[in-house]
Amino acid sequence: MPHEETVYDALDHAHGGEGHWAFGTGFDEPLAGVDTTVPDGVDPADLGAYCLMLGDDALVLAQRLTQWITAAPELEEEVAIGNTALDLLGQARLLLARAGSVGVLGRSRETATASIPDEDALAYFRDADEFRSTGLVAAQNGDFGQTVVRLLVASTVRLAVFARLRESRDPVLAAIAAKGVNELAYHRDHAARWVLRLGDGTEESHRRAQAGADAVWPLLADVLTATDVERRLVAAGVAVDPADVREEVHDVLTTVLERATLRVPAWPADTPPRGRAGEHGPELAALLETLQGLARRHPAATW
Amino acid sequence: MSTDVTAEGGHGAIPTGPEVPVAPKPAATRRDWPLYEVFVRGKRGLNHVHVGSLHAPDDEMAVHAARDVYTRRNEGVSIWVVKAADITASSPDEKDPMFAPSGDKVYRHPTFYEIPEDVPHM
Amino acid sequence: MSAPTLDRPTDEAALQQRFDATIAADRRIEPRDWMPDGYRKTLVRQIAQHAHSEIIGMQPEGDWLLAAPSLRRKAILLAKVQDEAGHGMYLYSAAETLGADRADLTDKLIEQKQKYSSIFNYPTLTYADVGVIGWLVDGAAICNQVPLCRSSYGPYARAMIRICKEESFHQRQGYELLMTMMGGTEEQRAMVQDAVDRWWWPSLMMFGPPDDDSPNSAQSMAWGIKRHSNDELRQRYVDMSVPQAQFLGVTLPDPDLHWDEETGHWRFGPIDWAEFKQVVSGNGPANAERIRRRRAARDDNAWVTEAATAYARKHAGAVTEGAA
Ligand SMILES: [Fe+2]
Ligand SMILES: [Fe+2]
Repeated sequence: MPHEETVYDALDHAHGGEGHWAFGTGFDEPLAGVDTTVPDGVDPADLGAYCLMLGDDALVLAQRLTQWITAAPELEEEVAIGNTALDLLGQARLLLARAGSVGVLGRSRETATASIPDEDALAYFRDADEFRSTGLVAAQNGDFGQTVVRLLVASTVRLAVFARLRESRDPVLAAIAAKGVNELAYHRDHAARWVLRLGDGTEESHRRAQAGADAVWPLLADVLTATDVERRLVAAGVAVDPADVREEVHDVLTTVLERATLRVPAWPADTPPRGRAGEHGPELAALLETLQGLARRHPAATW
Repeated sequence: MSTDVTAEGGHGAIPTGPEVPVAPKPAATRRDWPLYEVFVRGKRGLNHVHVGSLHAPDDEMAVHAARDVYTRRNEGVSIWVVKAADITASSPDEKDPMFAPSGDKVYRHPTFYEIPEDVPHM
Repeated sequence: MSAPTLDRPTDEAALQQRFDATIAADRRIEPRDWMPDGYRKTLVRQIAQHAHSEIIGMQPEGDWLLAAPSLRRKAILLAKVQDEAGHGMYLYSAAETLGADRADLTDKLIEQKQKYSSIFNYPTLTYADVGVIGWLVDGAAICNQVPLCRSSYGPYARAMIRICKEESFHQRQGYELLMTMMGGTEEQRAMVQDAVDRWWWPSLMMFGPPDDDSPNSAQSMAWGIKRHSNDELRQRYVDMSVPQAQFLGVTLPDPDLHWDEETGHWRFGPIDWAEFKQVVSGNGPANAERIRRRRAARDDNAWVTEAATAYARKHAGAVTEGAA
């Protein structure tokens, strides 16, 4: 998958290069040109549901990170957070488009008109109970300390999953994962560098980073338990069992927190999947109201 | 003046009014992170070129911020960062002969060499 | 060249002469060159105001980041707003080569001792505003900024080259959004026209007062830090924008707008500066909100900046050892 230098390159390519600055109205389908055939023995409904899980996580975390724009510490960090959010948004678009391409659109098409592409139908016209994101990404940002701890935890889990997903029997998922691994390694690295500096910085930053870790750790409770969909797809060689990444996640997080002179909070006991099953707290509904409001007021519009 | 705005700077229409002059501050009073200068090798075969500067708490953060800000995550380029305070420079105004134009040695000047259009200007 | 036996005043005169000669030859002044105090002060003010405008300018559009109506638009807008942060950084860097300090300049912005462009005190009422800001506000900025790529001060000129390259994308994404909306529903077309109605005159005002009312311009022109007069740039901008408006299918809110065959320019009606002032001062809350947010970013996160500094101090030795 070619690496896009900036999102503008996509804009540029979609409309035939630099020649005329006034672009046409074409829409660049994120999966254009990619073979989207579902591999043998895989239920498209399962594949789509799995793409929603991974896509919704990325979309919701991107939205949370975007809340920092114009509010971040130092301009350098604002740019870094923007890059991370852009990467996640890119992953979300690919994954939601993949879900749409195998016909998993939920109730979104009841309101979204044909002019709206699948990725937007799914992002903007599903209610909270149809979202498959975990509580780990939906939780409020808190202060910068809690934000970087959550980013560390979320990107550690996601990187471990994506690294394995590169071997997926679904070529689209494998390609999305291969591209995402580099991005996620960067996010994890960035977050870890901040956790080190806050944990081992001043007394205040240590206290805040510890409070952030204490707030984030319990959110891991249902993140490492597989749903039935994931289990079936693991058997078909398409998905990664989140339980398989547990050890790696614990190791990485323990190493970073210890080096940051932080106490590793108690690992929460596994609970049945909540977010993955569509059970969410009020914070996701509020997030979606902001995300979706404008698009829903104009269901026949094109943007 | 009827309008009370000036057109200074890129976005223009800036209100006029009392201004506080900006005096250079001694480095010791800065509560800011130190200033780093950033050099980027745009692609293989080219020199590292000065592209600008940024503030960072330490070298490691500086090189990562440089990647975020000055290469917008483009992989495969090489970045140098150096604390601005660590740069030793000559001053053209003080050491004149070093910088006296050598009109007879035209090959010393970069403009003597024609550069193809498609080389990126950094 | 004689040995430095000359006394101070003559020395200064020689330096001034060399400075003047550099400007006259249209060559660049660089940070370590001697320069007149007035030149330095004017530049610091101009560059700082420009940098502040980039940073404050993130807010009106940033207000739509969380609500952008498609994922593609969200990504484009996020990249655009992020670019503006980059622009602010490049410009603060240029100001720092003149002895200013970014944290100090930011303080002055927050204490409202330094200004930013009034255009960013207008609110963004609909998503069409995002498109119109890209097309008209970034478009006007490009007209202002392209000549600054030839500013006599080297670091400013170089920052502007980089910025202008990115600005052209900003204008494109805005225009593309407007074209898409014009091809959408009736409601969307009305949104675009409404946004054009609100932003057209303010964008003309971005070029500043008419030339005969612009007392500081002459010195800036002589110093090569201003290259074209306000009216000249405004005319260029109108000539560029009218055909774009026609292509888009929107009406510019100026009954006097007409093509002047003789001069080959689009003639426009008188600018209502009183209205501009009223809007700007009537938008006190917007100004207060812009500053409040910038202040919060600084104050609420001061502990983060301090923590990183403390960490760097603790680990300075270790890093050196590791690198050896
Ligand atoms: Fe800009
Ligand atoms: Fe811009």
